[in-house]
Order: sequence, then C-alpha cells, then structure tokens
Amino acid sequence: MSALLDKLTLAFSYPFVRYALIVGVLVALCASLFGVTLVLKRFSFIGDGLSHVAFGAMAVAGVLKLTNNLPLVLALTVAAAVLLLRTGRNSKLKGDAAIAMYSVGALALGYLLMSLSSGSSNLAGDVCSTLFGSTSMLTLTRDEVRLCVVLSAVVLTLFVLLYHRMFALVFDESFARATGAPTELYNLLIAVVVAVIIVLGMHLIGSLLISALILFPALSAMRIFRSFRAVTVCAATLAVGCALLGLLGSILADTPVGASIVAVNLLAFAVCCLVGRLTGAGSGG
Amino acid sequence: MALITCDKLSLGYEGRELLRDLSFTVNAGDYLCIVGENGSGKTTLMKTILGLRQPMSGSIQFGDGLKQTEIGYLPQQTEVQRDFPASVWEIVLSGCMNSLGLRPFYGRAQKARAEEALRKLDIEGLRRRCYRELSGGQQQRVLLARALCATGKLLLLDEPVSGLDPRVTAELYRLIRDLNREGITILMISHDLQAAAEDASHILHMGRELFFGTKADYLRSSVCRCFQPERGNEA
Repeated sequence: MSALLDKLTLAFSYPFVRYALIVGVLVALCASLFGVTLVLKRFSFIGDGLSHVAFGAMAVAGVLKLTNNLPLVLALTVAAAVLLLRTGRNSKLKGDAAIAMYSVGALALGYLLMSLSSGSSNLAGDVCSTLFGSTSMLTLTRDEVRLCVVLSAVVLTLFVLLYHRMFALVFDESFARATGAPTELYNLLIAVVVAVIIVLGMHLIGSLLISALILFPALSAMRIFRSFRAVTVCAATLAVGCALLGLLGSILADTPVGASIVAVNLLAFAVCCLVGRLTGAGSGG
Repeated sequence: MALITCDKLSLGYEGRELLRDLSFTVNAGDYLCIVGENGSGKTTLMKTILGLRQPMSGSIQFGDGLKQTEIGYLPQQTEVQRDFPASVWEIVLSGCMNSLGLRPFYGRAQKARAEEALRKLDIEGLRRRCYRELSGGQQQRVLLARALCATGKLLLLDEPVSGLDPRVTAELYRLIRDLNREGITILMISHDLQAAAEDASHILHMGRELFFGTKADYLRSSVCRCFQPERGNEA
C-alpha cells in the first residue's frame, strides 16, 4: 500500500502528471455534460464522426510541420462540425450516411498524409498515439493546458447559462422553435462545442476513444435516473470520477491514459445497468 | 380585429401544392375544429401558423396583440419523447421559455405559471414523476400544461386524443372545453368528427373540397355529408 502511495506522490511531483489530471478531468466533465444533449438528440454519431475528422486534421497539421497544431486542428474540426450539421439536414445524403462518409474519408486521408510526409521511422507509433491517446502523459505542454482550462471554462459557462434552453431544444425541437427559440443557432453551438471538446481531449485520450467520454457517462446515468437534471448531474459526477480513477490507474499500472479512462467508464456503465435493473428504473426496462 | 387571419394561403412541400386558396379567420374565444382526410395538409397548416414552415403563397396575420411565439402547441407525439429522462415539472416549465427573454433561468413568475398549469390540468401529483412512465392520457395532460405555459390566448392541438381510450378521450375533451370557456381560443385537428363537433364553434374542412364556417352551417353542408359516411365505415 505504501509503495503505491510513494509511486503516486512521486508521479504528482512531475508537472506533466498534474497537467494530465487537470486536462483529463476538465475534458471529461465538458464531454459528459454535452454528451447528455448529444445522446438524447440522437446526435451520437456526430461525436464519433468529428473525432475521425480531428484525426485527419492532425495529419494535415503534421504535413505542414506546425509546431503548435492545436489552432489548425480546432479550426478544421469546427468547420467539419458545421458542415456535418448542414449536410445532415439539407442534402440528399442522409445524416448518418454523410457522417460515416466524412469520418472514414478523414481517417483514410489522414493516414495517407501521415505516411507520405512522415520522416520518422515510427509511423505506426505516431498513428497509434493519435488514435488511442498518448501511452505516457508526457505530451502536454503548459500552453495546451492553459488553453484547455480557458476553453473548458467557456464550455461550462455556456452549458449552465443554456441549461434550460438545451432541455427544451432536446425534448421537443419544434415546440422550442414555435415559441421563438433560435434552434438553428443552438444546434450549431452544440456541434461547435462538441468539436472543441473532441480536439481538447484528443491528445490525452486519443481520437478514437474520445467519443466514449461523450457517450458513456450519459448512457450510464440514463440507466438509473429519470429526470433531465438528475441525469445531467449524475453524468457529470460519473465522468469526473471515472477520469480520476482511470488516470490514477494508468499511473499506477503504467497503462495508456485514454484506454484506462474508457475502461473505468465501461465498468461504471455495467454497474449502472445492474443498479437500474435492480431498482427497475431507467430506460433499460 | 381577428386573432388569426389567413388570406389565400397555399401550402405544400418542395413545389408540390397540397392546398390552395385557403382563407379563414379565427376570433378570440373561437373553438375551431380542423377535419379532413389524411394528407390534406392539416398538420402543415398548423406548422405554418406556428412559423415552423413558410406558406408557398398567401399570408397569415395575427391580431389582438397575439405574437407568433406566444401560441401554445400540442404536437403529435414523437418517438424521441417516449424514452426521454424528464420529470413532469421540467417539461411543463419548459413551456415558459418564450417569456424568459435573455435571462438564463426561470424566475418566480414562470414557476407560478407552471404551477397554475399543473393545477388546471389536475396533474399536481405527478410533478416529480418521469414523463415516459405516465399513461398516454397523463402524457397528453403534461404536454397540454406545457402549451398553456406558453400562451394565455391560443392553443393549437394536433390530434390530442389519438391512441387514447374513450374514457380518457372524454376527459381530455372536457379539459379542452373548460379551457375554451375560460377564454382561450382553440384550434384542434381531429379525426373524430362526432366528438369534436360537439364542442366546436367553427369547422374547417380540408381536402378536395374546402369548407370554413360555423358548425351549424357545416352540418347542413354537402361537404359534411360526403365526409361522414366514410368515417362511419372506418369506425
């Protein structure tokens, strides 16, 4: 036991471990809050699609040999979010098909670009860490952490201020629109915020795994609770708890950060299913 | 001035006209029942009045200080709502959104309004219950309470009784009648002509033939005679 504690104390003496903890918890919190909206609006696929687009954007940034690739990746992913929302509604391509196309296309092009441009012999390692997150937590810089804190604060403030409007929008979009809510604007906002969350979390968690942070807490909370507020609070709590446990676990057991957090989330989901089944609550029954 | 004036309205989808030259007026206190075959554009008309879609031509004007965003709407139920984690209180309160302005949270006035709606529809006891666990009739009452929060003047109801059993249907009609007597104007789409026509003051019939007028005129009209046997066979 004391050996474990020593290991943790040692780990936390490094700034990058503290950075990882801050970023992990903040991203998980933001992701879970908007995750509830996304899941209930049947927008889950957008989260998944966008994370693949973000992978492609990373590759582009890599080709351009940018030292700070975050602004470009953020811009490209937000643009993709807006585009997905438009095509989902207006064109002959149906929403889910369009998203599948974008995401697979972005994956393929991203890999292609990476392999063409990469001078390093460790292509497989680069791709793997972009898809599944860093194997260690060494990759976060101070500036990235600062940006993450600022953006998370913005996202959280937005969520609190728009909480009631989000509920109305998600529960019944046409009623909200009929009573004068600018629903198009809100939909756009949701897509943009989700894009931001995905890009923020990508370094740590990995682009393939980040959508788990968006979906799992919301789905778990919905097994147990039956009001929007309870589901939201529970999802946020679960997300923060799972992120902390996953991060600590990954420090102690030397496992990849993203995969550890997702594994804990999976476990929490199983527990919630069981609790929901036992109490006869939730949507599972 | 009339509450709603529709003038030479044409409605349709993607260039295909469903209906042309529809003109009618609704005055404060009216109970207008909209009947007609499936696909005759009843729901489209309602969505146009709500501003959810644009008319192909013609105009809709609101009078008596009614704003388009102050109409209470009871939509046909959608699948999404059926497995949604939401309490009755959350849903009813969400009807007050149009009076929020730029404020982020509901204040005392909105909460009082939601309380009153719960009381009027006799669902105070359900406040903490989960919406998806309620019976069909209870769910409709909740949505009606939400619609009441959004308006003091006009309710648009799209087939409020579909899928409900006869007893619950009668109760819901009674509630709607009471709301009308309190001064709220009602526009209701219904399949159920007999029951609806009992309460209605005016009828709008949509389909191959258009009819708009008082209930008494409608019952004497040829449109009505063509329509009713058809419904009789279906029942």
